[in-house]
Amino acid sequence: MNGPQTLILLVLALLGVFAEAVVDFPRIWLRTQFNVLPPLVVYASLSGGVGTLVLLATVGGLCADALSGNPMGVSVLPLFWVGLALHWRRELILRDLPYAQFVLGGMAAAAVPVLTLVVLLTLGENPLLGWGTLWQILIVTIGGAALTPPCFSVMETLKRAFAYQASTTTPFPANREIKRKRY
Amino acid sequence: MAFVVVLALVLVILNLPQAVATKAKLAVGSLFLPLFGLATLTRDLGQQAGKHLPPPSALIAELDRTRRENRELRVLVAQGDEALRENERLRQLLGWKPQLPWTTKPARIIARDTANWWRTARIDRGARDDLRPDLPVVSAEGLVGKIAEVGLTTAEVVFVGDPKCRVAVVVRETSEHGVLSSSSVGVLDHRLVDLTHLPRHTALKPGQRVLTSGLGGVFPAGLPVGTIVDHRSVGYGLYTEARVKLSTDTSRLNEVLVLFP
Repeated sequence: MNGPQTLILLVLALLGVFAEAVVDFPRIWLRTQFNVLPPLVVYASLSGGVGTLVLLATVGGLCADALSGNPMGVSVLPLFWVGLALHWRRELILRDLPYAQFVLGGMAAAAVPVLTLVVLLTLGENPLLGWGTLWQILIVTIGGAALTPPCFSVMETLKRAFAYQASTTTPFPANREIKRKRY
Repeated sequence: MAFVVVLALVLVILNLPQAVATKAKLAVGSLFLPLFGLATLTRDLGQQAGKHLPPPSALIAELDRTRRENRELRVLVAQGDEALRENERLRQLLGWKPQLPWTTKPARIIARDTANWWRTARIDRGARDDLRPDLPVVSAEGLVGKIAEVGLTTAEVVFVGDPKCRVAVVVRETSEHGVLSSSSVGVLDHRLVDLTHLPRHTALKPGQRVLTSGLGGVFPAGLPVGTIVDHRSVGYGLYTEARVKLSTDTSRLNEVLVLFP
């Protein structure tokens, strides 16, 4: 992943966190807000290097914490852990299949809030928890799963827009081309 | 190697002194200020465009209703003024310390908490508007919460029901004092909170009104908070806890008032 692509990923993370804070859908109806960072982390871990992952987890996590009641830095580690786990196993993952993206997005979206809550409780914080938290994690999981394939297609489109186009024509005239076939 | 770098970074950030961490949080949050400005502008433009839509007959009806309400409110204000003057006279007669009136400053909610386990929001007023931590925040329906962190142009409001906002209250009908705290049921229903520290034998009934007691010094006495839903005995019958339905639905709130002593 080159510089502009990483920059686009970070800008998308910033805009995603902003949208989470400003847009009331689905918060008013489902009492839960989606988390857009896990789908981006899934993309970064499967398409980029560890450096991109570190940047995304740090910038995204700090921005999310700045607009929430979380202490600063709490969201960074869960995002990074999830991304690193996927990055280690990325050779075994069929990253181009929408089904794989859907499942990985759901798993990441479920793991990030759980790990964040673990970090918060470890720090002695007292977040609002109850049986409703399971409902919230379920909604966040479904939201993360649904957002991941579109996230991949948006990033791939942007990647193509900022990369050199693949040549579709040969520099040689067609009548000079050697056709290989069985004689 | 990357893992060690991230871990070290997080440990450093988490161990920052409270004041530095708050400033860092506000600094990172200020990255979003242009976006907040853009969102507010878009919302205002949308509202202004919407104002041209209603037909004249609806506007005339609305004007009539507003005028009628205005007349009624003028009478109520006159009665309130008279009651205030009487209160002041009686305070002077008894030699009590005069109560200073609270002033208000309207603010708009521009962002809500991105995490699902806190009840906070960001308003478009900050240190530039003389805001400071622990100022009470109210709405037309009642108590909303208090100011937590203050930046130059924005501030964080902690709603009642968040674990970081506990409120000393009194039940109006029974004069029993208690403390409002977050409830595990409140994860999905933002309007339900627990009323704790109630005496063992209580005369609570559903529908009784809960007001701020003024104890603790953060919230002025007499602000409506909510109504009693039900109560139960806890700690093997040693204490009583009640559930309170808040009068303000913070999840649908767009404008609030910050109270200044």
